[in-house]
Amino acid sequence: MIVANRKPFEEIVELIRPYKKIVLLGCNECVTVCATGGAKEVEVLASELRMYREKEGQPIEIKEHVPERNCDPEYVEPLGAIIADAEAALSMACGCGIQFVGEHYIDKPVLPAVNTTFDGVTLEHGVWSERCLGCGNCILDKTLGICPVTRCAKSLFNGPCGGSHDGKCEVNAETPCAWQLIVDRYKERNMLDKYLEIQPLKNWSTAHHGGPRTRVREDLKL
Amino acid sequence: MSASNLERVLRSGAFAVTSECGPPRGADGEVIKKKAGLLKGYVDAINITDNQTSVVRMSSAASCFILKGLGFDPVLQMVCRDRNRIALQSDILGAAAVGISNILCLSGDHQCFGDHAGAKNVFDIDSIQLVAAVKQLRDEGKFLGGEELKAARPDMFIGCAENPFGDPFEIRAMRLAKKAAAGAQFVQTQCIFNVPKFEKWMEMVRDIGVHEKMYILAGITPFKSIGMARYMQKSVPGMDVPEDQIERLKGVPKEKVAEEGIKIAIETIQRLRQVKGVAGVHIMAIEWEEKVPEIVEGAKLLPRP
Amino acid sequence: MRLTYPTNVKIVKVPCTGRVDIIHMLKAFEQGADGVYLAGCLEGECHFLRGNLRAKQRVAHVKELLNECGIGGERIAMYNLSSAQGQRFAEIAKEMTEKVRGLGPNPAKNSRTGEKK
Repeated sequence: MIVANRKPFEEIVELIRPYKKIVLLGCNECVTVCATGGAKEVEVLASELRMYREKEGQPIEIKEHVPERNCDPEYVEPLGAIIADAEAALSMACGCGIQFVGEHYIDKPVLPAVNTTFDGVTLEHGVWSERCLGCGNCILDKTLGICPVTRCAKSLFNGPCGGSHDGKCEVNAETPCAWQLIVDRYKERNMLDKYLEIQPLKNWSTAHHGGPRTRVREDLKL
Repeated sequence: MSASNLERVLRSGAFAVTSECGPPRGADGEVIKKKAGLLKGYVDAINITDNQTSVVRMSSAASCFILKGLGFDPVLQMVCRDRNRIALQSDILGAAAVGISNILCLSGDHQCFGDHAGAKNVFDIDSIQLVAAVKQLRDEGKFLGGEELKAARPDMFIGCAENPFGDPFEIRAMRLAKKAAAGAQFVQTQCIFNVPKFEKWMEMVRDIGVHEKMYILAGITPFKSIGMARYMQKSVPGMDVPEDQIERLKGVPKEKVAEEGIKIAIETIQRLRQVKGVAGVHIMAIEWEEKVPEIVEGAKLLPRP
Repeated sequence: MRLTYPTNVKIVKVPCTGRVDIIHMLKAFEQGADGVYLAGCLEGECHFLRGNLRAKQRVAHVKELLNECGIGGERIAMYNLSSAQGQRFAEIAKEMTEKVRGLGPNPAKNSRTGEKK
């Protein structure tokens, strides 16, 4: 899922300073799974903001609303009334959702309450880890299921680099070295000779490097 | 064979000596001249580092150009961290055009270690692909995109680095084999303090015949102080400093520590010369270039061929 | 035991402190409480195994939230005691009351307190 973190409280407070009536949007999908912007987190942030503003002598009215998703028109179109009623929307959805709502309601500011970070998985309750950078040309079969683009800090295709130590990456002692993981897999499956193959250059044009991307399925267009 | 002096020395079978200079953190070519001046007659080639540890310094290419003008044989170090394949190929052609004959292809330390941790990194291609790129430009006269060069091919002696102490240990020899297969002709290793572990790595390397496919230069760094030794042991990625060497430094009076560090370096060179497959040494005396002559002389490596 | 404890302490009974979620604690402050404390079983003796440990983590988190929104994390606390410890119960109530009195009224309290938003 897309993983995000709530922005620091002081930043959020600054974003909504000019407003007396806002709607706080969440999302029932990715940001719920990573405990950043689901119904619970929306409630909590709304409560904090109300108390903060009361304390400052500038009370604020916050309407809480958590649509199923923020990235499909079906779920964003019905938000019209709530948004019309408010001066601004503060959104805990991911960057996609924040933008999409903004695209539908161009006359109201739609402000980010979170920093959207990565596409990842849940390792355990409360811990999420990055897995995919969306390079557009998946070679997970070649590296036995471990992505060198995302999990290697240098996106090496013929790693590891000289900084791999004790199975960890030089950038962060908590981060496993992707190439250690890949080599371990090769060993487990008796394929270590595959390691000698020189992986060719990556064509980055399928990634964001080629420009913002769009996908179309003509057979689905109405 | 390229015009590289280093290549000439290695091919002749003589034990090669290279060293390195870190360029200044400013636009002053005099610093390079001074540092190199200390090494004249003691080394076969001089490496110039490329924004090492992601700390911004005067460019390796410009520094190599200055060295060339002074009659040295520079080794252009090139990392993949800061330049994409377009810039890398361009810089290779430029270096060759001004007479630089040696290139060392590296991944590059991550930018988090340096003074611009918020910078975007590149890593368009990796060090092995860079080795292959130089070889392709030189031998096939083709750019990575497939088009033919329209002017002279870059004539370069291609090198790479390897860390015998990096993990996973068991593939480190295979990794060197990959670099040789990609076209690397010489390798300079990370500095060696743990000689037994290095000997083990060399055994693995010899087992797959890599020592016959490329020239292996063993890295040496003298300890200037106990603090430096400790720092390298704890804070530098991929470094293996055995505790007994630090004990040795602690065992001498404070004013003799640097001297002891030099002694250790000389002894290490002498031990490494005995290891089959080691074709030379690469002395990295960081901010202590003035000691290189003493080390080269002490290890009985004079005169240079 | 017929011990007395301050009348300003309002008790909300739950089957286990693990039932108390972050929003419950925040809502109490939002609706005018000057202080909140959770009284759970002694650690290792939770009837539902780890409910009181979850509560402890949540209280620690709420402390941070209260600090960041300016209400003050000292207004919330976690206590552990057994249901047999009547004396301790009264003690805690007095202790917390005195502490919160020293901190003054909830800064987010005003004439609109108590309204459902």
